[in-house]
Amino acid sequence: MEAVINMEKQSAVKKYSRSLIKFQSLIALFLLCLAISLLSDKFLTATNAWNVMRQISVNVCISVGMTLVVLTAGIDLSVGSVLALCGAVTAGLLKNGIELPANNLFIGFTLLGAIVAGLLIGALLGVFNGWTITKFKVPPFVATLAMLTIARGLTMLWTGGYPISAFGENFASIGTGWLLGIPVPVWLSGIVVLIAVVLTKKTRLGRYIYAIGGNESAAKLSGINVNKIKIAVYTIAGALAAVGGIIVTSRLDSAQPNAGVTYELDAIAAVVIGGTSLSGGRGSILGTVLGAVIIGVLNNGLVLLNVSPFWQQVVKGAVILLAVIIDKANTKNE
Amino acid sequence: MLTVENITKKFSGVTALENVCMNLHPGKVNAILGENGAGKSTLMKILSGVYADYEGSIFYNGAPVAFSNPKEAQEKGIAIIHQELNLIPYLTVTENIFLGREIINRWGFLNKTEMCRQTEMLLNKLRLYVDADTLVADLKVGQQQVVEIAKALLVKSEVIIMDEPTSAISEKEVEVLFDIIRELKAEGKTIVYISHKLDELFKIADRFVVLRDGRSIEAGEMKGMSHDALVQKMVGREIKIIRKKEEQREQTTPALAVENLCLKHAERKGENVLKNISFTVDKGEILGVFGLMGAGRTELLETLFGLHPKRSGGKICADGKEVQMTSPSDAIKAGLALVPEDRKRDGLVLGMDVRKNISLTTLRQMEKAGLLNQNKETALAKKYIRELQIKTSSDKQAAKNLSGGNQQKIVLAKWLATNPKVLLLDEPTRGIDVNAKNEIYKLILSLADAGLGIVVVSSELPEILAVSDRILVLTEGVLAAEIPVQQATEDSILKAAIPKTI
Repeated sequence: MEAVINMEKQSAVKKYSRSLIKFQSLIALFLLCLAISLLSDKFLTATNAWNVMRQISVNVCISVGMTLVVLTAGIDLSVGSVLALCGAVTAGLLKNGIELPANNLFIGFTLLGAIVAGLLIGALLGVFNGWTITKFKVPPFVATLAMLTIARGLTMLWTGGYPISAFGENFASIGTGWLLGIPVPVWLSGIVVLIAVVLTKKTRLGRYIYAIGGNESAAKLSGINVNKIKIAVYTIAGALAAVGGIIVTSRLDSAQPNAGVTYELDAIAAVVIGGTSLSGGRGSILGTVLGAVIIGVLNNGLVLLNVSPFWQQVVKGAVILLAVIIDKANTKNE
Repeated sequence: MLTVENITKKFSGVTALENVCMNLHPGKVNAILGENGAGKSTLMKILSGVYADYEGSIFYNGAPVAFSNPKEAQEKGIAIIHQELNLIPYLTVTENIFLGREIINRWGFLNKTEMCRQTEMLLNKLRLYVDADTLVADLKVGQQQVVEIAKALLVKSEVIIMDEPTSAISEKEVEVLFDIIRELKAEGKTIVYISHKLDELFKIADRFVVLRDGRSIEAGEMKGMSHDALVQKMVGREIKIIRKKEEQREQTTPALAVENLCLKHAERKGENVLKNISFTVDKGEILGVFGLMGAGRTELLETLFGLHPKRSGGKICADGKEVQMTSPSDAIKAGLALVPEDRKRDGLVLGMDVRKNISLTTLRQMEKAGLLNQNKETALAKKYIRELQIKTSSDKQAAKNLSGGNQQKIVLAKWLATNPKVLLLDEPTRGIDVNAKNEIYKLILSLADAGLGIVVVSSELPEILAVSDRILVLTEGVLAAEIPVQQATEDSILKAAIPKTI
């Protein structure tokens, strides 16, 4: 009898500690917020909170796409450049339209048209990534590294190296507006997250993504069209980078040719801190969101505490390392 | 002399070993017998220092020892040769043997001549006549096994543990391995030999220890033991499977008809892995396919399943209709199912739970309004857990935590869920214990009785003879013989399988 009670107690402790592990990033985030709020009275204000959320919304969008890619055991280094190109395309079309002097033709773009065009370009570059990766068996790291350079170059060509600016109220509201008391970018990233959660947890595509990352060969033998799924995943990543690009462009009211440089690294950091395994098959969208929030709060806190930008980078790197080390230790215990 | 006393080992609450006691005798081959999940591997991992946290004690040469890592065990003279070989393919034989124990000359550089010399000595002793500079990747599996043994000998191991050393090598290589083992024995080394193949144990082992459900059941001399008696000790009850011999089957359209199937070699132009193979499988028939290593057994099934669309040619008819197999999904649509040879590599997503693995092939049917329906999935998984008697704590258990036999049942389940007409089984009982083997055989027979056409590829002759109605023999990609099971003997099959040209 005593043994039974003892065992129950043990399993309860185990259960407890397991849920502790599950929520450890949440706990880490809480402790982080607590620490910053003790050190700075500006941190725990509604204005600052919305500010942080608005800032991370772009990273959230990109990171969601990155999570899907990483779940298939891939990586997408091109998202920062794709973001810049799509932002610039939308900006250019909105501002200048397309002029074909030879045919004496001018095509103007409505706001919606320009946005759709930007999203399409992002998706198209994603398709291209997926195509080179599946058709020619180029390792994702290399294929998307090439796209990183190509898309940046295309951005420079499109913009001529100069920013495209000033698009008027309507477009600016995407990045800076409010809806029902919540900033529009937060709405957008929230919708992206919601769709991605349903996609990963509740759809065939989501299950296939996990299966391919877990064991590509077994997935293939199970009749799954692995190439198709991979192309879909890179396409989604490209399109989400475009969403990020449109938000960034709108917030700044300007498309910068060097926008989004190193954004891919922030996205990978969020994915990794969120507990998604870089070898694929294990991880979650909500984990990534948490990862993005932790990075955002950390950035915000360090700014509020007047930590030098140089030190900020060091701290951020250390946090990424720490997160992965803790995650490794936990999975080992399982 | 290695003695184990009252070893208990638990994994997160699950007891893997309970009060295990055994004596390992020097100068003898000590066989460890037991079904999968009986605790053999766990015990060996404790002996070789892989697991350091356990209850109980180990005595080595009379003194208590506790290893906190494999290196400590190695230094004391206990080496383990794992089932999965731990060699680095793109290093040479010498580099592999000396990995972590390199000899350094006075300048701090590698002393290659000395290492090569010692390697050649070891290889000669083990009668592996290959260059010490050969890349391990260029060796056959049997030869790689010998390299592993050489590694163990280099550190002057007194106890050598071999975990399923013959699971991937040909019968000829097995003979060489046995000669080596006999020599090591004569030198007074303690050999611990783990294998599922009882016939082998009767040839090589002197003593046995039977483990069952994590306990040591019995130990003794092999001499005088019978095959059935050992099996009974392992499973705790007697089991026999005999294929119900041939009642007249109705002549109907064959479940699968293959004409002039060819497969080009992936690298060598002009060479064919499969050459003009034609055969049929009737509904309710079990067709055994035997062949030696490299005969094209696995490739045959892979080609049928649409895995080599660009290199293959010929005509495949499923249930009378010609089908183009350009991908596994084509094959599945035509009613084929393939249980691959290596379930960990190709059969399962090990990190996923039982439920998700089973539903992976039929996920489309698990949808409701475009979203996956968990109730449907759970129902499917529970159905097969019940029907195939898969031993798992729940359908949410990760596949990697199950024993080999139960993993194989999951692979079968996911294919049965597709309602196949033809079941292609590649080495369906590789690496699983006697009890699970018999369960799988029973299942194969009952599926045939239910009208499925079944192709069983196997390198184990007793298995082929036990389950097949008809036996095809492949030799170097050619269909060398077709033998009805009534006329087949191990000899006649083997004779047909050995290539005529050298």
